[in-house]
Amino acid sequence: MNSRSLQTTIIFLIMGGILALALGGYLGSASRQFSDVLIEIQTWVSTRFLGFQDFVTAPRDIVSLRQRNAELETQVSQLQAQLIEMQQRVNETEILAALVDFSRSNPESTYKAATVIGRDPSPFLHYIIINRGSNDEILRGMPVVTNQGLVGRIDAVIADAARVQLITDPASAVNVFLQKADTSAILFGSVTGDISLDMISQNATVEPGDLILTSGLGGGFPSDLIIGQVVTVRTLEFELFQQATIQPAVDFTRLQIVLVITNFRPVDISPLVPSTSP
Amino acid sequence: MRNLIAFPLIGLAVILQSSVISEVRLLSGYADLLLLILAAWALQKRVESSWHWAVVACLAVGFVSSMPWFVLVVGYFVVVFMARALQKRVWQAPLLAMFSVVFLGTLFMHALSFVVLQILGTPFSIDEVIGLVTLPGLLLNMLFSIHIYAFMRDLARWVYPFEEHE
Repeated sequence: MNSRSLQTTIIFLIMGGILALALGGYLGSASRQFSDVLIEIQTWVSTRFLGFQDFVTAPRDIVSLRQRNAELETQVSQLQAQLIEMQQRVNETEILAALVDFSRSNPESTYKAATVIGRDPSPFLHYIIINRGSNDEILRGMPVVTNQGLVGRIDAVIADAARVQLITDPASAVNVFLQKADTSAILFGSVTGDISLDMISQNATVEPGDLILTSGLGGGFPSDLIIGQVVTVRTLEFELFQQATIQPAVDFTRLQIVLVITNFRPVDISPLVPSTSP
Repeated sequence: MRNLIAFPLIGLAVILQSSVISEVRLLSGYADLLLLILAAWALQKRVESSWHWAVVACLAVGFVSSMPWFVLVVGYFVVVFMARALQKRVWQAPLLAMFSVVFLGTLFMHALSFVVLQILGTPFSIDEVIGLVTLPGLLLNMLFSIHIYAFMRDLARWVYPFEEHE
């Protein structure tokens, strides 16, 4: 056997031995350490390469990213504007749906919907301005409601707009009926926008939570329109009448769309009121 | 001719007052944009049309508001009168004059509204009016007065440009 074939045989034997050790699982820790070193080296090289690549290509990317960012910001602002518009439409639709439900559940009256477009410039007065007027057959004295309850009555009319005196106005007085106590009273507004009841008989038993409806007395409003609920009652023995504070059913700070009851004509009873002069 | 800006400006102010300012409430009070505009305009040195602006403001607000017209006429004319009188005396400190006119004008306007509405049969509680309407309204008027004054000063420069002497 010459030296060359001896070398080959030794190499094969070593290779066979390593293979046998590997197959027998004796080289696991050694091969793991070897592969860990390889992976670390590869990670190091790869990281440096990517860093270098970023450094070389970054300026071009920043420009394109800025452009893309500006485009997206424009798109976002457009979508936000659309979203606000859609939300407004949804709100309006919800209000109109509620008003339609209300008009269906009260078919004895005919209604005309109107949008609130302003308020009285003076803080002493509680009036709103609506976008319906005499062109829409709106007349002075017509009651104004929402699906929640009574809002007020038409105070002045021009061709395409009308001014509505709210029941919260300090000069407003509405004849009402307390359903549970079965008694009448008068509802007054105030400069702060709160409403209160006065002229409640001392004999009546009024409790918080009692429902207040229009009585129809005086001819200014139709009967049975909801106004609100009693919150507190003040009864003093030495006074002629009881008073009560009211939680209105309508949120007067968020009036957007209202209904004018167009088939109601207020009755002027002033000629029937006896004069006090002899 | 540039004085005709009064019509669109006061018209816009009435719309803003009715639709925006009246929704920006502090308790139950809010600012009076027309009063601020009239006061700031009348305090400008070379302005000669402040009384005309007051007439336009009275007409515009009277058309929208249910406040008796003579309250607006007396109130706004007194504000312009105060502003013209102060402008001649406190001309070195225009902002001080603006604050003074707004302070006194707001108090006068509210007092006049209160008295007239009481006489006409509207019941008011003076405590509520002072605490919840007048004082918050006064505070808002004072807050807005600086901005309105600056705007009206620029407008006055545009309406009455400086004459060039060569």
